[in-house]
Amino acid sequence: MLFGHMLRQKSFGISILIFGILLIAPALLPRFYIYFLAVIFVTALLAMSLNLCVGHGMLFQFHHGVFYGVGAYTAGLLLAKTSIPWWMAFMAGPLAAALAGLLIGLFCIRLNRLYFGMLQISLGSLIWAIAFRWYALTGGDDGIHGIPIPDFIASTTGSYYFVLIVLGICLLLMYLILKSPFGSTLQAIRDNPERCAAVGIHVRRHQLKAIIIATFFGGVAGVLFVIVEGSIFPDLLFWTLSLEIFIMCLLGGWFTFAGPILGAAIIVSLRTFVGTYTQYWTLILGVILILLIFFLPEGIMGYNYRQLFRSRASEDQVESFNASG
Amino acid sequence: MEGGQTITLTALSITFLVGLSRAMILFIVTSGLSFVLGVLRVPNVAHGSLYMIGAFVAYSISTLFGGGSLGFWLALILAPLVVALISLIAERTLFCHLYEREHLMLLLFTFALMLILGDLTKIVWGADYRSIMAPTMLQGSISIFGSPFPKYNLFLLIIGPLVAIGLWLFSTKTKMGKIARAAAVDMEMVGAIGINVSWVFAFAFVLGCLLAGLGGALVSPTISVTIGMDHNIIIEAFLIVTIGGLGNMWGAMVGSLIFGITQSFGVLLFPQFAIVFPYLAVVIILTLKPTGMLKSVW
Repeated sequence: MLFGHMLRQKSFGISILIFGILLIAPALLPRFYIYFLAVIFVTALLAMSLNLCVGHGMLFQFHHGVFYGVGAYTAGLLLAKTSIPWWMAFMAGPLAAALAGLLIGLFCIRLNRLYFGMLQISLGSLIWAIAFRWYALTGGDDGIHGIPIPDFIASTTGSYYFVLIVLGICLLLMYLILKSPFGSTLQAIRDNPERCAAVGIHVRRHQLKAIIIATFFGGVAGVLFVIVEGSIFPDLLFWTLSLEIFIMCLLGGWFTFAGPILGAAIIVSLRTFVGTYTQYWTLILGVILILLIFFLPEGIMGYNYRQLFRSRASEDQVESFNASG
Repeated sequence: MEGGQTITLTALSITFLVGLSRAMILFIVTSGLSFVLGVLRVPNVAHGSLYMIGAFVAYSISTLFGGGSLGFWLALILAPLVVALISLIAERTLFCHLYEREHLMLLLFTFALMLILGDLTKIVWGADYRSIMAPTMLQGSISIFGSPFPKYNLFLLIIGPLVAIGLWLFSTKTKMGKIARAAAVDMEMVGAIGINVSWVFAFAFVLGCLLAGLGGALVSPTISVTIGMDHNIIIEAFLIVTIGGLGNMWGAMVGSLIFGITQSFGVLLFPQFAIVFPYLAVVIILTLKPTGMLKSVW
């Protein structure tokens, strides 16, 4: 039923087209751009996972980068320091991230909005501090480089395809989750928490589930990072990264499904191409953020959100009318 | 501490005092953050950057005057004022236009300010480590229970309570302080009786940032001033206001004391993971009382 709805959407056709283009892209592009696209995919997945909380749940997940880092560190450490099979290491990353999400979420969920965000920054920084100080295990601020990646995805093209396919699966799953009754409830809670509580929805439990799901996908992104880069370092857990992905969600449009992908593509492109000319990348990021706040608070894809929402609603009505007729 | 088997009573009490003086710095910075939180209801993420700028400005002023005692005292007075001026400019040109908007936008603005100020500091002062000499009368140490204790830390132990008393007098005895407290409770009502709320906000923001600058100037002789000190302090300050109770000045004091003291005992017991101790204290407190120890003004 859900699939049926999805297949009828115009944007689904476009997504398939883009996916098809991306499948043949490595044959046409130089190596650097294949790598560059893979980085965008990883970051896009990260931003999408954050947006499950921020855009669809209105949970101010300010330190989402921690879960990305936990996923990356878990997979990276298991690959580098133990001899367990690669697929188990890959599985362990997202699970560890979801576990961290559960633990931090349990503390944060009792607080509201900004309080939630502040506590999350704080608790997340604790994990950063441990990764940063525990030289014996994590290599401290140097991190660990040259992590052994299984042969079939060790090449640039191999990792590109792996990341692309995992991204595709994750996006599909996220879409289905958001369209499921759970997703609708989550968005209802975003729009009116009091009313949802009044009709008997366990608001906190739903939000906690959303956090666990989002952190799980954040952990998947972390594992993909290890595959693409072959290294881990504490900056993955640092909160400026969290801020950067938050900006991606805002920039792309945080009330839209695919907005964060666009945001991630823009920010990663800027960082890659502007970042080579200047060491003051964060200054530019700050200016972008200020411009966004003042001129485009609902992001590029969401700037006409209300109108879009209205037309989408009427479209759905027409659709259901046609279906019944 | 050789082998770690004997920790004497003296070492414990010195550790306690060091923690206490560290707590005073934390209190001065955090009270500013808490004040802004109370009135504007925005966690000012750029607070740590202003603290860092305070320390760098103090360095520049003290170097300008030859690094002597006069330079230090001038720096202690002027650096917070420079920081206040920076925050006033940011507030009046950009921030004040956002007061009508959602809170998230205000918060994101302070994020942006943090990013920009962080890089501007790098542009102006570079990424080197700087150090400032304490004035002659505060150099060296005095003997407490037969152990040396730095005079400068003693100075901090005096300054901290002075700032606390000053803030308390300001917010309870002066008209401006009363207006600020009223705005924290009911901003619309304050506007309705004819007070310019925008200027109340500006005042609260600048006062908060001034305290960040003062904290930065005060801490500068005890640490090496460098890029990145903004990130550490802002996270600590967030934790402290969270455990203390948002917007509550005495909560900031209690939180700072817990944080400073657990930190210094952490250094004594497990130097490598000292940083973890205050966080553990925070986790324990928040498990028991999620909204902080003292009453939040929200």
